[in-house]
Amino acid sequence: MALRVPISWLYDFVEPSATPEELAERLTLAGLEVESLTNLGAQWNRDVLRVGRISEVAAHPNADRLCLVTVDYGAAAPITVVTGAPNMLRHLGEQLPAEPLMVPLALVGAELIDGHAGDGRKLKLKAGNIRGVRSEGMVCSERELGLSEDHEGILILPSDAPLGAALADYLGDHVLEFDIKGGFAHLLSVFGVAREAAVLTGKTLKRGVLEIAQQEHMPTTGDPSYIQLEIADPDLCSRYVALLIEGITVCPSPFWMSQRLLRAGLRPINAIVDVTNYVMLELGQPLHAFDYGMLRPEGQAHKPLIRVRRAQPGEKMRTLDGVERSFDGEMLLITDGGGAVGLAGVMGGENSEITDDTTAVLLESANFEFLNTRRTSQLLKLRTEASDRFGKRLDPELCLRAALRAATLIAEICGGRLRMEYGDLYPQPAGLEPVRLELDFVERLLGVAVPREEVVRTLEALEFTVAGEDPLLVTPPSHRMDVSMPADLVEEVGRIHGYDRMPHTLIQDELPPQMRNTLLDGTERIRDLLIGCGLDEIITYSIVSIGDQAKLDPGGGAVDESAFLAVKNPLSAERGHLRRGLLAEGLNTMRANLRFQGRVSIFEVGRVFHPRAGEMLPEEPLRLCALLSGPRAAGFWQSGESGPAFEFYDVKGVAETLLEGLEQAGAEWRPGAGPAYHPGRSAQLLVEGKAVGELGELHPRVVAAFGLGSRTVCALEADVDALLALWHEDKQMDPLSQQPPVYEDLAFIVDEALPAEQLRAMIAQTGGPLLREVQLFDLYRDQRLGAGKKSLAYALTYQAEERTLTDGEVAKVRSKIVNRVEKELGAELRGEV
Amino acid sequence: MLESLNALEKEGLDALKALAQAEELPVWYRTYLGRKGRLTEVLRGLGVLSAEERPHAGRRANEIKTALESAFETRQDELRAAEMEASLASGALDVTLPGRPVAPGHLHLSTRMLRRIRAIFAEMGFQVYEAPEVETDENNFELLNIPPYHPARDMWDTFWINDQVVLRTHTSPGQIRCMRENHPHPIRVILPGKCYRYEQVTPRSEHQFYQVEGLAVGHNIRITDLIGTMHEFARKMHGAARRLRIRGSYFPFTEPSIEIDMDCILCAGKGCRVCKFTSWLEIAGAGMVHPVVLRNGGYDPDQWSGFAFGMGVERPAMLHHGIEDIRYFYSNDLRFLRQF
Ligand SMILES: [Zn+2]
Repeated sequence: MALRVPISWLYDFVEPSATPEELAERLTLAGLEVESLTNLGAQWNRDVLRVGRISEVAAHPNADRLCLVTVDYGAAAPITVVTGAPNMLRHLGEQLPAEPLMVPLALVGAELIDGHAGDGRKLKLKAGNIRGVRSEGMVCSERELGLSEDHEGILILPSDAPLGAALADYLGDHVLEFDIKGGFAHLLSVFGVAREAAVLTGKTLKRGVLEIAQQEHMPTTGDPSYIQLEIADPDLCSRYVALLIEGITVCPSPFWMSQRLLRAGLRPINAIVDVTNYVMLELGQPLHAFDYGMLRPEGQAHKPLIRVRRAQPGEKMRTLDGVERSFDGEMLLITDGGGAVGLAGVMGGENSEITDDTTAVLLESANFEFLNTRRTSQLLKLRTEASDRFGKRLDPELCLRAALRAATLIAEICGGRLRMEYGDLYPQPAGLEPVRLELDFVERLLGVAVPREEVVRTLEALEFTVAGEDPLLVTPPSHRMDVSMPADLVEEVGRIHGYDRMPHTLIQDELPPQMRNTLLDGTERIRDLLIGCGLDEIITYSIVSIGDQAKLDPGGGAVDESAFLAVKNPLSAERGHLRRGLLAEGLNTMRANLRFQGRVSIFEVGRVFHPRAGEMLPEEPLRLCALLSGPRAAGFWQSGESGPAFEFYDVKGVAETLLEGLEQAGAEWRPGAGPAYHPGRSAQLLVEGKAVGELGELHPRVVAAFGLGSRTVCALEADVDALLALWHEDKQMDPLSQQPPVYEDLAFIVDEALPAEQLRAMIAQTGGPLLREVQLFDLYRDQRLGAGKKSLAYALTYQAEERTLTDGEVAKVRSKIVNRVEKELGAELRGEV
Repeated sequence: MLESLNALEKEGLDALKALAQAEELPVWYRTYLGRKGRLTEVLRGLGVLSAEERPHAGRRANEIKTALESAFETRQDELRAAEMEASLASGALDVTLPGRPVAPGHLHLSTRMLRRIRAIFAEMGFQVYEAPEVETDENNFELLNIPPYHPARDMWDTFWINDQVVLRTHTSPGQIRCMRENHPHPIRVILPGKCYRYEQVTPRSEHQFYQVEGLAVGHNIRITDLIGTMHEFARKMHGAARRLRIRGSYFPFTEPSIEIDMDCILCAGKGCRVCKFTSWLEIAGAGMVHPVVLRNGGYDPDQWSGFAFGMGVERPAMLHHGIEDIRYFYSNDLRFLRQF
């Protein structure tokens, strides 16, 4: 949660002792990361931006909507500037008020923000003639100074602003911006940051604002005379403080307060609202101001009622933002005798809002249970400064202190009186359990021995109470509800000591047994093999469009949505399901890339998600998908425009390379694959009898559905887990024979329908150990071979291990082969090739 | 006889000198030195000479044979050398034309980064542990000390499958799985993987990205070990001269928590846009495993301690390669992917 702290405000509580930059670095290292440090007024040149006093406002001789303002700034002679600001024109022809009218004055050479441009553009002030009158400077608006967006009129400074002072000294400031993570409510305030700064710089924290209660000697009561208080659901509200301030006039906030609010990022509204905001920023306790006059008693009671209770399911109220909201039975309401007047910890009700006519304010300072507040805020999608703060655990001890701080400020600014009796329901005052801290444990976690004195000093500076020698008995202060175990204390010691000062060591513990990670190694092997085949790796989104899945079925069948895991809150309506396969996104990637190149060969290896009946989590098999389209060879100037395109045998070649690289023998190719494939140009791949994937040319309708036109697209999809389950790395060496080989070519004419593999396998098997290699080198079709026939020509290599083969031996093997394939496959030897 | 021998020698040598190309050499050889050549012819005539003249003429004939043969060798070398010169002179190629592409493919940049990260940690004994991408709320949040509605949940915008199942927002749930599988034995692993966050896709943020988590559990694991390990990693990943800045931080599953910054590799400490003029770049969030998390993993926090860290994969790649838009990673434009 963002927090902006003007350093001038911080200095209310801690003496400055370092430059703002040094302080920011110290805070950052201790865990309060300063996201930005803004120097407000860095560009205000001291010589030319001053505090001025208006001594005269006179009419412009040539323009009704401009006036001449004479400004004294302590120099020998005052200067005259021309302005059209409404709050200057208004003084025309009038006696100036008795109170000095102080303004920021820019002299020639000053750098300002162009108030008319509205985009933060800068300008350098020059002397000039405005409608015939020389203007030697400018009186400035907040926008021109970069203080806020306000450009309605000239910024009027307090009457006690020092005449002639450099504006940088009077108004300049630094703003520290933090992003407070997690549930650290104690850091979400100017005071909280000051507490850290004090510890880190060794200064004393000025705690005056927290001690008003001790000074006031006001009586506490659960039943004040002005209101009936009741907490009906103490599990959701541990404390409720109410104060009454009467006789007030709702007015704008004083200059100093609105400036601080602006610097902290809040817009001033009116003094009552501003004070509640101011105290919230200062101390971290959100407050709410009810118009006391609007609160209703219950029945005939003589005083109004505040009851904190869970809503009736369906109960309604219009919140301050004008929205009528309906609540469920877990949401906590502030109600009066007539119904809901506020949504506890989130937003007040419109019916009890402060207006210009309000004369009495009931100030609420309460502690609401944080998880419930967050739940309410999330379910209603209503986030406010208050709900963000109540959504972290706040210190209940802060309630009364903050209420008194705010009441004092309201009475000061709005002229009211605080009723000298405060209402406080605090059924079970919280106390934090002491934590036992062994000094040994500090060293065990940090790796450095922090002396006992430093541990104690650090913890005490952070307001922990420390007792005992070793172990220490450490009681956290009420605002440190995040601390409950020794490790929490070690963190306090560590971060104040400074992690940056600690030595760097390496683990000295025993090394756990180191194991081979076959799945990972194998997956990387697959990637390497595929890039070796010239494929580029892609990584696509896991959250996909289910519409694309439908395109994978050329039959146009409906997609079974239940087979997909759906995301409840997708980023877009289109992409709302987890992928079951990689093909669709691969095709989308191919289409996107074909806009820039004609040849795309890509692959992805990634998890896909298959819901399992009766299981909370899906199965996450690891899949591989490769896609090829376009010219087979990368472009080269010698080979002309483009060579032949990728086709079935290219993707099969990729698959075979993969199988060889994974040392998998015994692959079997069965014709036909899933519906996304061309029925006659696809195959299922089995290894050792197990199906591991499919490949082929995609169905033309699928190709077209993905916007790829009529090109040929080849795909390979495989189950990586299945492939790797069969991964061997134990290939045995084939002995190299020194004997001369005998080469021979045989061509057979067979039926077109006979799968080539069947012929090859039979040749190889029949050839026995003397036939070392059988390689297809020609496939030939011709009318002369006869209809429905094809010729397959093989190069055979015969070789014996230990001796030279004789022609006779070779002839014997050959005739065995020829006889068998002729007999069993109906092949016909084509004679010498 | 001698005259005709001398004339033959002169004629032969002249003819040899007159040859222009090496391919004419065999004809010359046949003509003068071949089995049916001129010299043989002359030698055959020796029989008609007297016994006195014969040895003299024979000697002379052999001299001439040797002279012609040696002249032949010399001439042959000359002609061949000249021809090679000519062919070298005419065979020059335009060496500026492109070579024939071998066209290997490219690994995705994220894969390359993951391999580098894994290799560095492998040297320090960190093995890879992989966990599912779809996780239970329990593993992703609750067992990591982040109960339902806890304010720390604001740190992760989550994709939900249902009330109990999420797309993991970080690799940290793998810590729980790994501890539950390995207790009561020491652990030293990294957990790389894809994570998902419910975030609009912009040049600075993606809804899908990689993270690498590290986890070490032992009897004597200290925060200085964590800092030392991170330093070792930064030096190997980003250069030997890298300096670290360690600051306190907050994560619900570590206690104490730290963040690790590295001096900006782009501006050498002078401040630049990438380091937001701080001269530091955040490289990892880390800390000592929270006692609650240790206990949830099956380790007694009184006996065991551990550290954990988490780091991005795309960001360091962006830094190293000057990539300003994270969307390039998973939109898979080959013009981008083929650059790495
Ligand atoms: Zn930099």
